[in-house]
Amino acid sequence: MQGRSVHGATIRIQRDPFDVPAETARLTAGRADIGGIVAFTGLCRDEGGRLRALELEHYPGMAEDEIGRVAQTALARWPLLGLTAIHRFGMIAPGEDIVLVIAASAHRRAAFEAADFMMDYLKTRAPFWKREHLIDGSIGAWVEAKAEDDTAAARW
Amino acid sequence: MTKLVYFAWVRERVGKPEETVDLPASITTVAALLDWQKTRGEEYAYAFEHASVIRVALDKTHAPHDAALGDAREIAFFPPMTGG
Repeated sequence: MQGRSVHGATIRIQRDPFDVPAETARLTAGRADIGGIVAFTGLCRDEGGRLRALELEHYPGMAEDEIGRVAQTALARWPLLGLTAIHRFGMIAPGEDIVLVIAASAHRRAAFEAADFMMDYLKTRAPFWKREHLIDGSIGAWVEAKAEDDTAAARW
Repeated sequence: MTKLVYFAWVRERVGKPEETVDLPASITTVAALLDWQKTRGEEYAYAFEHASVIRVALDKTHAPHDAALGDAREIAFFPPMTGG
């Protein structure tokens, strides 16, 4: 399992599933100053029963670097007491987890906003590409980037 | 020598994940490099047909098309990201 810890943020890019309760416990272990945790998990949809799996390609090295840069921006902008971002790659079946962001802070607002910001920026800047594998055995198209994701990121 | 790496449909159209090239000295910006790629054969012309949508990273950092290549050793080409 590849991973890195950058000035208070934990960033991991991995093929294997992640354990949300364990990742949350890792942020709170041994401390009592955290007042709120926001955890966002992104899952693979079945797209109305059409999808067999999503294939996630990534740029090793840059994926960690870029999510790390986004995390540094979040840490500089909000008073966070912990931040974790995990993104999977490879073949992911409908119902499985794809991405996890956990933000911890003394008061809820910072954790909510930082997690939202992390997801918006991660979607538009982290070098990952999705391709659909369909239930009929065929390989579908590469998923196209959505303009609404750029709009969401521009809010910040 | 410069390492060029390709991802997603750019990789499929070029037909290889990476290559090492000797870039002409006259190519000093991302935009000029994208233009040069189009001239390298049919598969490159196809891959870089709509160069304005292709994203570029210099040594694993996003770079706009008007950026200078500087002394980048690894240059990546890919479609807009669709992670998360």
